Amino acid sequence: MPKITIDSTEIEVEKGTTVIQAAEQIGIDIPRYCYHPGLSIVGVCRICLVEIERMPKLQVACYTPVADGMVVHTNNEKVQQARRAVLEFLLINHPLDCPVCDQAGECWLQNFYMQHGLYDSKMVEDKVKKQKALPIGPNVMLDSERCILCTRCVRFCDEITETHELGIFNRGDHTELLPYPGQELDNKYSGNTIDICPVGALTDKDFRFRTRVWYLTETPSVCPGCSTGCNINVHHNDHRPYKAGGIRVSRLKPRYNPDVNQWWMCDEGRYGFTQVDADSRIVAPQKKTRGDWQLLSWQDAIDEIATKIKGILKKHGADAFGVILSPQMTNEGLFAAKRFFQETLEVENIDFEVVAREKGYADDFLMKADKNPNSEGAKKIGLSAVDNSGLEVAQMLADAKDNRLKALYICHHNLEKGFKKEEVKEALSKVDLVIFQGTNQNSTSNLANYCLPSASFVEKDGTFTNFAGRVQEIHKAVEPLGESKPDWTIFRNLSKRLGKSMPYFEAGDVFNALAEEVDAFKGLSYEKIGEHGVLLNGHRASTEKEMGALVA
Amino acid sequence: MSEKIISKFFDIEDSHTIEIYEKHGGYETIRKVLKQWTPEQIIEEVSNANLRGLGGAGFPAGRKWSFIPKDSPKPKYLVINADESEPGTFKDRYVIDHYTHGLFEGIMIASYAIGAHKAFIYIRGEYIRQTERLVEQIEAAYEKGYLGKGIFGSKFDLDLIVHRGAGAYICGEETALLESLEGKKGWPRMKPPFPAIEGAFHSPTIVNNVETLAYVPTIIKNGADSFANLGSERNGGLRLYSISGHVKNPGVYELPMGIPLREIIYEHAGGLENGNGIKAVIPGGSSSPILTPNEIDVNMDFDSLAAIGSMLGSAGIIVMDDSTCMVRALYVVTRFYHHESCGQCTPCREGTGWAEKVLKRILDGAGRPEDVDNLVEIADNIIGNTICPLGDAAALPIQSYVKKFREEFEYHVREGKCDVKGQ
Ligand SMILES: Cc1cc2nc3c(=O)[nH]c(=O)nc-3n(C[C@H](O)[C@H](O)[C@H](O)COP(=O)(O)O)c2cc1C
Ligand code: SF4
Ligand code: SF4
Ligand code: SF4
Repeated sequence: MPKITIDSTEIEVEKGTTVIQAAEQIGIDIPRYCYHPGLSIVGVCRICLVEIERMPKLQVACYTPVADGMVVHTNNEKVQQARRAVLEFLLINHPLDCPVCDQAGECWLQNFYMQHGLYDSKMVEDKVKKQKALPIGPNVMLDSERCILCTRCVRFCDEITETHELGIFNRGDHTELLPYPGQELDNKYSGNTIDICPVGALTDKDFRFRTRVWYLTETPSVCPGCSTGCNINVHHNDHRPYKAGGIRVSRLKPRYNPDVNQWWMCDEGRYGFTQVDADSRIVAPQKKTRGDWQLLSWQDAIDEIATKIKGILKKHGADAFGVILSPQMTNEGLFAAKRFFQETLEVENIDFEVVAREKGYADDFLMKADKNPNSEGAKKIGLSAVDNSGLEVAQMLADAKDNRLKALYICHHNLEKGFKKEEVKEALSKVDLVIFQGTNQNSTSNLANYCLPSASFVEKDGTFTNFAGRVQEIHKAVEPLGESKPDWTIFRNLSKRLGKSMPYFEAGDVFNALAEEVDAFKGLSYEKIGEHGVLLNGHRASTEKEMGALVA
Repeated sequence: MSEKIISKFFDIEDSHTIEIYEKHGGYETIRKVLKQWTPEQIIEEVSNANLRGLGGAGFPAGRKWSFIPKDSPKPKYLVINADESEPGTFKDRYVIDHYTHGLFEGIMIASYAIGAHKAFIYIRGEYIRQTERLVEQIEAAYEKGYLGKGIFGSKFDLDLIVHRGAGAYICGEETALLESLEGKKGWPRMKPPFPAIEGAFHSPTIVNNVETLAYVPTIIKNGADSFANLGSERNGGLRLYSISGHVKNPGVYELPMGIPLREIIYEHAGGLENGNGIKAVIPGGSSSPILTPNEIDVNMDFDSLAAIGSMLGSAGIIVMDDSTCMVRALYVVTRFYHHESCGQCTPCREGTGWAEKVLKRILDGAGRPEDVDNLVEIADNIIGNTICPLGDAAALPIQSYVKKFREEFEYHVREGKCDVKGQ
């Protein structure tokens, strides 16, 4: 392994490592615009120039592989001068409209200027005029004057999505990034170009002008949009919620996970968080009396529901009780449900799968047809009908129609996604007690007798298990809306009321109990899941092979 | 009259046809080569002839050919750079027009030497007549079995393809050329890998200038020494000097490597018009640092010009007499490089445009005292910091014009006008 010296620190690195990567390993952050670890290396921006002894010219750190005995200076006079010069060049035609630029605060031009620039401008010429505020796709706005032509967005569309919408046109300082004539930046991953654009050239139509980024707090989490479970950061506005008209979650950004999504996420997932702050949220327990919804306190709701459940079980037995859990729930919600229904109530008709009638979009990159984040978890915890020799969802509905089912506890599902509207309506109308537990109202919740408010994925801690058997953590970013609670808390409370307490105080307690009881989870602990998740027993590392499409 | 190799065909009628070329001994060498020479022997002979790359960089041709990996399973390609766009350079056009089959014979020998069975001539888009000539003569060569399968009855196959550029100067830079040849935007590549390892279509490729290859048949025919001895040390043979500007007889002159610049200007190009004095001379295409009258005794070879801080480059000589405004001259050159900067890397893309604007402002009478140093600083910040040498090509004139004619720039800035007579 080559040994090299960077700013007088000696380090031994793998052969083939570039100078910029080697420097990173010892905590030296060489500035960069065009270099992105997930894309090919083009060396166009020239901000990462460093001095390598015995080489006459400065070299770009992003492209230069280490060689044994190399001595690199990343911050001497000559390097600083070159960096200042590159910044000056980048800014001569830049509109300097930071006060109205949405990128301000997370702009690499601003940041590097503060760290490496700070020169007196000598530029007095007229700047080159280019297009501003040009919508180039459903999600992306382009300000060509702010573009520093790093080509990251172009390479993303060429190398990652292979959709080739973007190109660089013209020459000299009239060079301009644009979509090809007649094309739109409308691939299913277009939002990533906004993330990797180091400046305010590509901004997010959805997020634009919603809030200044310095008011945002970020909380690591996992996208619930499909069974891939892309790692994300939830950006939420805790400081000035009144500014956003009650919208607490401002945006989702992909979070690097080498084994899952690398640096990326899809647009469906990125913009799929709107229901978190939507008007359709169920914010308090409620019951339907003579067709009208009436709010209840949790105490009353639990009391009433417990009494009714008890009555039905006594009169009709456990066979008349159906439970439809959801792969939208966390492992914790599912496990608490399992204990509540199987142990406390001794019910066997438990299922979670409602096969969508419309097949979800899938590709060979990130997006999966299964639009649930925890199907694998639900299976492994043993919540399929076959596991419990109980009824499948379809059979439950059939039994309901035939008046054999007296109580149905439905979590999160909109049954219309799997069954015909009239079918659902007819079936549910024949069940004495329909309880719906979920985050948002839907056509199923409207058919229930009781609705219980669940906390959404940004309002609770917990874990999902992705398609490859990777258990990953979500974290509470904002408080549960209204009276909503994590699913596991609701089942714990119901269970206690019905005579069996569960000693769970935090999501971690539930997970650790699950890890003790369910084989696939044996040996895992909540404390050790870590930022990139852990694999269930019997699952091999999914990296390179399954993510083959990701590795450029 | 000194010896001529290529230019003796300039005055022969129909010298571009196979018949006339063969009448003057054409295609004898390749026939011999295919029968008697090994590729290694050819490379050695060309190396010993001190044939330098005549496209601009002057890299020894034989050495370049030796970089082609012997054990690579990939196809090898020869790419002939006929993009000729450096201002002041117009010699390759003459070669194509009058020494068409001499060029082809050079291509055949070089292809044989590097094991290429496909060669591409990448020709400047504006060279429409030359393109037609190439296409028509290539067809004629195919008809006679000089190109295609088993050329000249040997076991060696060679296809020759003409590819037209679309008007970008940068596509003369060999890696931008290869991108363009592959159908992409002409953006220079990062090196390494060098084309000899990974060039066209990810395969080992030699890029040579038209003129470089046109000298190859003569080298093989007459032997390395005879060619080397025509030139100076390490700079073998003759080369075609394009001379333009304020001289009586502009044109292309085939003269020895290392001949004094003064001799070319005064003896061959007839000196200046009206007996004017020289103010400045560009020795090797517009990117080469400019020379003052007291530097024109320099010998025109790669090493001698490098020694005085300039370059032989493409040997495109532009003579400027003392009626020339150096600020305007630099503006014209800078505008060209800005226009032709591919826009890929920051210092060249932004710096060339900035310098052009500053120069324009000075010419318009709105210069500021600090502009002169600022121009040099812009150039300093471009040099050595870019992906390809176009950045340097733009910056070197700025540095040298300002350094050598500083008073003129300062006068312009101070007085808001030019003090050169006739301007
Ligand atoms: C900006 C730029 C433009 C160039 N234009 C040409 C050209 O028009 N013709 C040419 O032969 N070489 C040109 N070159 C040089 C080529 O990159 C390359 O060195 C040459 O074709 C190699 O051939 P040679 O070794 O036979 O000279 C140019 C180089 C640069 C940097
Ligand atoms: S839009 Fe952004 S990412 Fe794309 S080239 Fe310009 S600066 Fe780079
Ligand atoms: S691929 Fe799936 S998990 Fe990833 S962002 Fe899209 S919806 Fe979310
Ligand atoms: S130096 Fe100029 S021409 Fe060469 S790659 Fe950079 S921008 Fe393009």
